[in-house]
Amino acid sequence: MSEPVPAAPKTKATARRATAATARNGASAPPAQGSPEQTTMTERLAEEGRDFSDHKGVWVYIQQRDGVAAPVGWQLLGQATQMAKALGVETGAVVVGHDVRHLAEQAIQYGADIVYLVDAPVLRQYRTHSYALAVAEVIRRHKPEIVLYGSTNDGRDLAGAVATIVKTGLAADATQLGVEVETRLLQASRPDFGGKLMSTILCKQHRPQMATCRPGVFETPKPDPKRKGHIVEEPFDLREEDIPTRVEAFIPEKSQVDLASAKAIVSGGRGMGGPEGFALLEELAEALGATMGASRVAVNAGWVSYEHQVGQTGQTVRPKLYIACGISGQIQHQVGMQDADIIVAINRDPNAPIFKLATYGLVGDVFEIAPALIRRARELRAKGAEREPVGARKNGA
Amino acid sequence: MHAVVTIKQVPDTSEVRIDPKTNTMIRGGVPSIVNPDDTHAIEAAVALKEQFGGKVTILSMGPPQAIAALKEAISLGADDAVLCSDRGFAAADTLATSYVLWAAILKLNEEQPVDVVLSGKQAIDGDTGQVPPGVATRLGWPQLTYVRKIREIDFAAKRVVVERVADGGVEVLESRLPAVITVGREINEPRYASLPAMLRAARFRPRTWDKTYLELDPQQIGLRGSPTIVSKVWAPPRRQRDPVIMIPNADRDPDGAAAKLLDLLAEDGVLDWLPAAAQAAK
Repeated sequence: MSEPVPAAPKTKATARRATAATARNGASAPPAQGSPEQTTMTERLAEEGRDFSDHKGVWVYIQQRDGVAAPVGWQLLGQATQMAKALGVETGAVVVGHDVRHLAEQAIQYGADIVYLVDAPVLRQYRTHSYALAVAEVIRRHKPEIVLYGSTNDGRDLAGAVATIVKTGLAADATQLGVEVETRLLQASRPDFGGKLMSTILCKQHRPQMATCRPGVFETPKPDPKRKGHIVEEPFDLREEDIPTRVEAFIPEKSQVDLASAKAIVSGGRGMGGPEGFALLEELAEALGATMGASRVAVNAGWVSYEHQVGQTGQTVRPKLYIACGISGQIQHQVGMQDADIIVAINRDPNAPIFKLATYGLVGDVFEIAPALIRRARELRAKGAEREPVGARKNGA
Repeated sequence: MHAVVTIKQVPDTSEVRIDPKTNTMIRGGVPSIVNPDDTHAIEAAVALKEQFGGKVTILSMGPPQAIAALKEAISLGADDAVLCSDRGFAAADTLATSYVLWAAILKLNEEQPVDVVLSGKQAIDGDTGQVPPGVATRLGWPQLTYVRKIREIDFAAKRVVVERVADGGVEVLESRLPAVITVGREINEPRYASLPAMLRAARFRPRTWDKTYLELDPQQIGLRGSPTIVSKVWAPPRRQRDPVIMIPNADRDPDGAAAKLLDLLAEDGVLDWLPAAAQAAK
């Protein structure tokens, strides 16, 4: 297993500098000029005139921790199988870890035709160095044309390293995926920072084309327990001593605020005036069975914690119901919630931009309207409870 | 101790406005700022300097106007700053950018050995977070991304322990130094510029390095060195929204308005419990 290959320096001066760096403080020296490791896969392709016909297959990296896969891997397999079908190639999956063969079997159920399994004790916990080498080596050996990763923290951490080892293109945080069959080009698209526009990233002259993709955006396919596929075990011989990091501990921290899967959100902005306003919204959220969100203004003012932030610099949400309280509706907030099914705007300013986006609008004082909503919701819940038999009652979203 | 902080000058996207007629960003007059996550990296480096002594060097790749960002970093306590700037760097994607920064770090390392590279975890314009892993991989140094706290750091022993935000929790990760560490807003509160530092920044002239000085391969920089391109920018079909239905008298009769709203929401079926409860209330 080779060390990651730094960019091959083209001049003696850079090579000398890099070697000096190693001598001084461990920056790795580049491989010798002309050595096989120096010529990257893509450089070979350049010499061969950009023929990518030996690169086939659409793969998904299956992120896992302690033998449990991150849901985004299954979501991306749903996309990968569609794209592979359009291209007439196999769907692949890459599973890296220790004692994780069951995840390879699961990947087949979710649509993989072939799973590359790199299973070794040294891979028990995610570490960039070992995982990047493992994935890069599998890519080098088996030459996929497309590789997808979830754009989770670990997914981005890994993909950025792999793209640099393999010297290929990486699109970030795609929310839409497709392939152009004639050119076999992956089209990875995501909203640009204005939010109203989408950009499509192409990787024309390098393989594999890679992208990290946003979790929670793509549908999870239905697993088919009867599906058949191949599991290929890949050897991996990196020694523990050669890995420069060590995981001392992992402290699970489940965020209490799950905006991404919330079906109803009550969100507050500048108009809430302070933390007391958010205490009121918490009550409203609870009365409706919703999760509480907030605009950047409210978070920056310290009225509510960052976990609740919806918008360009917070989370993107797609609930059935989004109630915006005291939120003016600047584009940076809209970007985060404009795809909600029903949007309710409560604001004392009838000219607030949020009313252009809303399904229902209420112009008035949120400190009067919210308590009225709380009262009415509790009243209805109580009436509903009287009529329904015990056990049939469902919790609101 | 020698800490290098890689920063980026970015448009202030919180100030971006969309032209409603053309659906494009109004670029004129948008102020440029130091990428917010990078200000936390600068603060972390300056705090290390205050603790251990040594030097903080700011490094950036950008057009000549990015000098303003470097000077701002000096006003926040950095000692030195280098801008990598060349027409040939234009249209660089993350691979081509990490190539340039790698070469510059090697040059800085030759001047004075680099103990740690700090960076913001991602830039608010490109939003990829891919450059620091690229730099780390090229250097052959460990990359520690999404670090929310440096628990221990020992430059003599060449060892650091960080808390890294992983998915579902926090990783306590020990690493050799030198390493590339990326940070976000949780790690610290950037200080305000002090008056002496601002005066220093006003007089400060960053060095500018071009592709010749860095001895770069023209095939690996700028557009030519970029495997990815942005092929098109388009407006996604947004769901057609009918004009808003205003619920009247929300100011004078909040209870009536609340009842009306909940009736509408019951019909829409957006809250699981609501339709049955509304029915029961009739």
